[in-house]
Amino acid sequence: MALTKAEMAERLYEELGLNKREAKEMVELFFEEIRLALENGQQVKLSGFGNFDLREKKQRPGRNPKTGEEIPISARRVVTFRPGQKLKARVEAYAGGE
Amino acid sequence: MTKSELIEVLAQAQGQLAYRDVELAVKYMLEHMSQALATGERIEIRGFGSFSLHYRPPRVGRNPKTGEAVELSGKYVPHFKPGKELRERVNDAYQRSLLSQEVHGRDKAHEEVARESA
Repeated sequence: MALTKAEMAERLYEELGLNKREAKEMVELFFEEIRLALENGQQVKLSGFGNFDLREKKQRPGRNPKTGEEIPISARRVVTFRPGQKLKARVEAYAGGE
Repeated sequence: MTKSELIEVLAQAQGQLAYRDVELAVKYMLEHMSQALATGERIEIRGFGSFSLHYRPPRVGRNPKTGEAVELSGKYVPHFKPGKELRERVNDAYQRSLLSQEVHGRDKAHEEVARESA
């Protein structure tokens, strides 16, 4: 089982009293605005949760896993997530068992 | 962009909602996500990415001050894997910016040559 946008919207509908359409739009827009900021080269800092950072990777040698042929992996920008102290502490306590 | 800046942008886009509701919505969404991870549940947001837990096995660490060895138990850490759409949008925008820098640099060089030969 995994948490999805639908469940997040459901929670906003139940607990915040947004109507279903508003709740769905809110969740959609929440992730879209984070994507837009990252697309514009902006780091996103959500205190208590974590930071979405951008890193520039240099070109590096790669290989086509099927053919074994060498093809360079071009320079690119990637998104990384650094969980905040609060989230780390909450997750660390999780004992596993599923 | 910080959490309050995100709230600001969302409030502007959702003008029919009170600012306070947008603020609460963001708080609830982040809490819902944290709660899921804290109970070992994955998060899957299509086009954005997925969050899961990675296990870190027990290890012997060191107190950096005293140099003393300390046993550290195994633990879980949150992990994010960007989705295809996010990866592509971020990298495509980056490639465009690299290209425009290059073109800009070339235009400048041309201007200089033109100026020198004039």
